[in-house]
Amino acid sequence: MNSTSKYHAIKVDPAKCFGCTHCMKVCPTEAIRIRNGLAVINDQRCVDCGNCMRVCPADAFYILQDDLSRIYDFKYRVVLFPSVMIGQFPDHISEGQIYQALLQLGFTHVFEVEQPIQWLIEAIREYHRDHTDHRPLISSFCPAIVRLIQIKYPSLIDHIVLVKAPHDLAAHFAIEKLKQQGAREEEIGIFYVAPCSAKIVAVRRPLGEKESIVNGVINMNELYNRVMKVVSKEEPADNPACREHLTREGILWCLPRGEARLFKKRSMAIDGIHNVVKMLEKLEIDDVPEIDFLELRSCDQSCAGGILLSGNRFLTVERLQRRSRHYPLAAENSPEQEIKEKVVGRLAADPIAPAQVFRLDADLARAIEKMDKVNRIICQLPAIDCGACGAPNCHALAEDMVMGMAKMSDCIYLQQRWQKEGKITSNRAFSNLEKTWGEGRFEADCNKKGARNEGF
Amino acid sequence: MAVELTYQVKGGDFSHAGDASSQVKKVLKQLDIDPKKIKSIVIALYEAEVNVVAHALEGVIRVTVDEEKITMLLTDRGAGIPDIELAMREGYSTASKEVREMGFGAGMGLPNIKRNTDLLEITSEPGQGTTVKMVNFF
Repeated sequence: MNSTSKYHAIKVDPAKCFGCTHCMKVCPTEAIRIRNGLAVINDQRCVDCGNCMRVCPADAFYILQDDLSRIYDFKYRVVLFPSVMIGQFPDHISEGQIYQALLQLGFTHVFEVEQPIQWLIEAIREYHRDHTDHRPLISSFCPAIVRLIQIKYPSLIDHIVLVKAPHDLAAHFAIEKLKQQGAREEEIGIFYVAPCSAKIVAVRRPLGEKESIVNGVINMNELYNRVMKVVSKEEPADNPACREHLTREGILWCLPRGEARLFKKRSMAIDGIHNVVKMLEKLEIDDVPEIDFLELRSCDQSCAGGILLSGNRFLTVERLQRRSRHYPLAAENSPEQEIKEKVVGRLAADPIAPAQVFRLDADLARAIEKMDKVNRIICQLPAIDCGACGAPNCHALAEDMVMGMAKMSDCIYLQQRWQKEGKITSNRAFSNLEKTWGEGRFEADCNKKGARNEGF
Repeated sequence: MAVELTYQVKGGDFSHAGDASSQVKKVLKQLDIDPKKIKSIVIALYEAEVNVVAHALEGVIRVTVDEEKITMLLTDRGAGIPDIELAMREGYSTASKEVREMGFGAGMGLPNIKRNTDLLEITSEPGQGTTVKMVNFF
């Protein structure tokens, strides 16, 4: 079992971050604070959803993950990419041209992730049949959601389907296939192309898995740019091996209702992490009708809206839907039995342990004391939720105070009141403000970053 | 030392039914109460909150959390319950057609509260209002 990982894919570039409140305000777990003019991410609370990156007007968040240079450590270099990658390319670039470009970039084998999806469908259905205690079952596909449940909705952990993700399926399958062709396992390098920060973390530090089967992770937007650079105008000879077992269900898997549509009984699909939060809140108080299966995805339009995708999410969905119509159904494309046993046996995930990252104290008496203090501090705060203290709202500031991470003087309104009452000097108040926002932050400057709503 | 929380509930305002229970849930999580206990507490409180919204004109929820237990006291001004014993039966409901159409009022409220609380005391003055006291031990 893993506890909350401290590894995160999203980093802040201090040269670009100018300290505004956009990221802090959208973070679904209130993981961001502004300190000394920079966004600081609490790694216990971060679920890697990427919302901070999406709203940043200064492009200050980045994902440091590129194992492309490591592919030559292996004789067999497999690029595993989710089919959503194909969806983001403009219509005139065919899948054949994309496969060709990937080979040109140094890979020896190109392999789409969602195959043979029938095995995963069967594994999930079996899990559903064997685990009747908890309904609805919640898909474990989106790692941001699994982590969100782990830290914020621990009572729902038992609802999570403990079956691994398509990239695990494809990795095991690709390895077995190559071994059949005479490759030794240590000669095979599996490189997964991630559509988002959460998948990167899931591969690097998996929950519910001891060790990831994948050797390296590549940013999808980085690879997209490289493919666009080398893609040939000619249509190459078809290379059907890349998608031998790709099916309609496989292509649609990462789109909204991709999993939910496979449940003949009552199922629901929700995308967008703030929508998911609303449903989890309801689920926690049993205020949900009888539903068998819940597909919950952090990004709007599921993986088509992944933070590392380049295309417009709606166009991506449309292209994938069109593509899927040319492919057979999963039940009609389930490959040889011998490999199946080996792969399916590895699809079960380990249980996930809850992580109490929001508790005020492990000792109940002390926690009650702190909560009481929070309630008393709240009376002093203005309830404007302006974020000028460097916390996302007044309540979060009060909590930070009792946890020893903030001071009363961080509230600019309180400071104002104290100045009026003659309790502090205006010089003191101003230097307090600079502690949060950085020295010189309030000088007049027409070229100040963010001042003209850049990025909107 | 105890944490005291107070919430006002407006009769007929179904879109906000559940707000108080959500707040209490958040507090209990921060106090690191066992998730299974939180679930029972919040289900009971939510049912009781919906009862106030469905049957009363207005109400107040007073919650006290100490080291041993949570005490939830709901006091409302409204129709009251003429026969509490009857109201405790599963499926018994006096909810109006409108309330039922909104998915409430199936007659499972009070029995569900009883299942999810350790102590339940209901006193009611027909025509005046109802007081529900629920206690759950940690």
